[in-house]
Amino acid sequence: MRTFYKFHGGVHPPEHKEESNRLPIAPAPLAKRLTVPLRQHIGNPAIPVVKVGDQVLKGQMIGAADGFISAAVHAPTSGTVSAIEPHAVPHPSGLPDLCITIEADGEERWIERAPLDYRNADPDAVRLRLRDAGVVGLGGAVFPSYVKLNPGAPAGIKTLVLNGAECEPWITSDDRLMRERAAEVVEGIKIMAHLMCPKEVLIGIEDNKPEAAAAMRAACQGTGYEVVVVPTLYPSGGEKQLIKLLTGKEVPAGQRPVNIGVTCSNTGTACTVHRAVNHGEPVISRIVTVTGNVPEPRNFEALIGTPIAEIIQLAGGARPDTTHYILGGPMMGFGLNNLNAPLAKAVNCVIAASPALFPPPPPPMPCIRCGRCAQACPCELQPQELFWFSHSQNFDKARAYNLFDCIECGACSYVCPSHIPLVSYYRFAKSEIAMRDMEKKLAEQAKERFELKQQRIEREKQEKAARFAEKAAAAAKAAAAASGVEDPEAAAKKAAIQAAVERAKAKKAEAAAALLPLPLRERAGERGENLDAPSPSPPSRTHPHPNLPLEGEGTIALSPSRGELERGFEGEGVKNNTEAS
Amino acid sequence: MVFLGIVLGAVLGYASIRFKVEGNPLVEKVEATLPQTQCGQCGYAGCRPYAEAVAAGKAEPNQCVPGGDNVAKSLAELLGVEFKPVGGDQGSGPKPKQIAFIDESTCVGCTACIKACPVDCIIGASKLMHTVIANQCTGCELCVPACPVDCIAMLPVKENIANWKWHYPVIEIKKAA
Repeated sequence: MRTFYKFHGGVHPPEHKEESNRLPIAPAPLAKRLTVPLRQHIGNPAIPVVKVGDQVLKGQMIGAADGFISAAVHAPTSGTVSAIEPHAVPHPSGLPDLCITIEADGEERWIERAPLDYRNADPDAVRLRLRDAGVVGLGGAVFPSYVKLNPGAPAGIKTLVLNGAECEPWITSDDRLMRERAAEVVEGIKIMAHLMCPKEVLIGIEDNKPEAAAAMRAACQGTGYEVVVVPTLYPSGGEKQLIKLLTGKEVPAGQRPVNIGVTCSNTGTACTVHRAVNHGEPVISRIVTVTGNVPEPRNFEALIGTPIAEIIQLAGGARPDTTHYILGGPMMGFGLNNLNAPLAKAVNCVIAASPALFPPPPPPMPCIRCGRCAQACPCELQPQELFWFSHSQNFDKARAYNLFDCIECGACSYVCPSHIPLVSYYRFAKSEIAMRDMEKKLAEQAKERFELKQQRIEREKQEKAARFAEKAAAAAKAAAAASGVEDPEAAAKKAAIQAAVERAKAKKAEAAAALLPLPLRERAGERGENLDAPSPSPPSRTHPHPNLPLEGEGTIALSPSRGELERGFEGEGVKNNTEAS
Repeated sequence: MVFLGIVLGAVLGYASIRFKVEGNPLVEKVEATLPQTQCGQCGYAGCRPYAEAVAAGKAEPNQCVPGGDNVAKSLAELLGVEFKPVGGDQGSGPKPKQIAFIDESTCVGCTACIKACPVDCIIGASKLMHTVIANQCTGCELCVPACPVDCIAMLPVKENIANWKWHYPVIEIKKAA
């Protein structure tokens, strides 16, 4: 029996798992029209690689990964691309985002699927396969897996943690997945372990899912992977909380688990890794729980891009007293504003909410400083202080109190006797701080660009001044030449140089005659070469400025100088400006 | 006592040389607060000259129009003076972020806007169409009057998923039955 290392705080809300975990996963029928968002992961959205009107096959890449932190998206079925335009997406803002809409032809024709022998392949090739198959973390953060499955830390990865805790109430998609497809999950874990070379592999499952734990134990026979059943306590499925539970190690503030030699992935992700590598199938579907105020709550395996309204219909449709829908769990999820929004990789659960199941919260009352939130906080923060600072928009203080270590689990809001929506305040403060940081960065860039421009203007001014000085000197010289008065000193110098050149020529001819054997000299003479002549060189201009005429060559004094022309233009420019303003 | 005085005096003298502060740190702090649009709407030729004027007490801390009341507030705090809203008593929040947009069919390629842009974010050449590097534009509006054919418009940046942020929680007040 393994020892657990309890994490701080936690809450135990009613589980509501039995509603949806009794029936096996049902395949969702093919929708007529599928809308695939290009932003289904953290990082840069995918870049569309198809055009409107293109025929696509099931599993064909329609959006390519853009940059390092990004992943590809794929056509969930065969059909025709009918639109690439903003469409409602499952996002708390309710704002539309760029999506590719595919009209299904109903034939479900696959692209060619080739398995990859990962044991004999270059690990980087396996990672690229994962990126191009659009494999992202399905636990909720949708972080591109190929970035995560890279043992970049110099110390290497000691522990690979598989997260099957599924601690949020109502959600059962991982539970059903582990019960029904434990073998596939284990195959995926093998690939992950191959990439990361950990010393131990731990699979954490909460004790309210005994069937899933049993199935996983059976599948792990002979692999050395350990299934660890952890007590049910929200949020044990939080990455840092599960790592603490299983290994006793705490991820330092502001760092990632990889810094302490641990990597944590969702069991659903492991399954998609297996499908991508061993079957060549990209992520085009996922298991989603439909529960709450519906007649037949259960899990469905639906194609990415299926309208959420259709998925709700599969569970018998929402009952008439449904007031709203929650995407994700009731603790961390958000309200769905538009039922036309499609299923995306991050959506693990749709809950139809009715006043009976989710009574509207009583109006928030002032904070009474009871400190219950601090007792419940799994990150050992001071939620009441963070609330005061966020409430008064004292962002520097909020940051100093480690606001960014908050995982927004909602345990504090759950226990708050004053019913204050604490997490809403933290989310507000976090996004406001992030935005201000970005503005600051942009301001710094702008300052840099401004200074560079000032430097450039200064440099150009100096160059111009130098040009004028040169030109003035040249003009003075030309004037002197035109008047016919030659500098006697210069003439003497010229004569001396000429004499030196003659001497050098004579010397060279002598040396060549002495060195060269006679027959060669004769032959050279036959070819008409003049060996005695100095080597030909291009006529050199002695004037320092190549664009200006040499002495006596042009009529520079007569034409308007460039400086005068430029002054004229500048004058006009200024006039224009004043007129326009 | 005299001895102690001499020793402490020597320590202070040494410290004043050893820990001498180069330049005026207040100017740097003020400048770091400014949005660096370089728009000149404060009446100075850029953010740095305005920062110097504010630090020297020659300018009011509420003259930065793009920064709005947020910047005015931080500057007032920094200087220890009373906060006055930007543009008089009614105040103004920070201006909604705008960026310049060049109507490419009207642009005659005169390069006037390129010369006007303080952050070099308009690209183009003489008699060729110009365009704005959108993510570097500070929205200073200096290019708008420079254009002889009025082909530059300031467009407000629309909210999208990439720049969306969580709003301040607003609790609806319901009428008691």
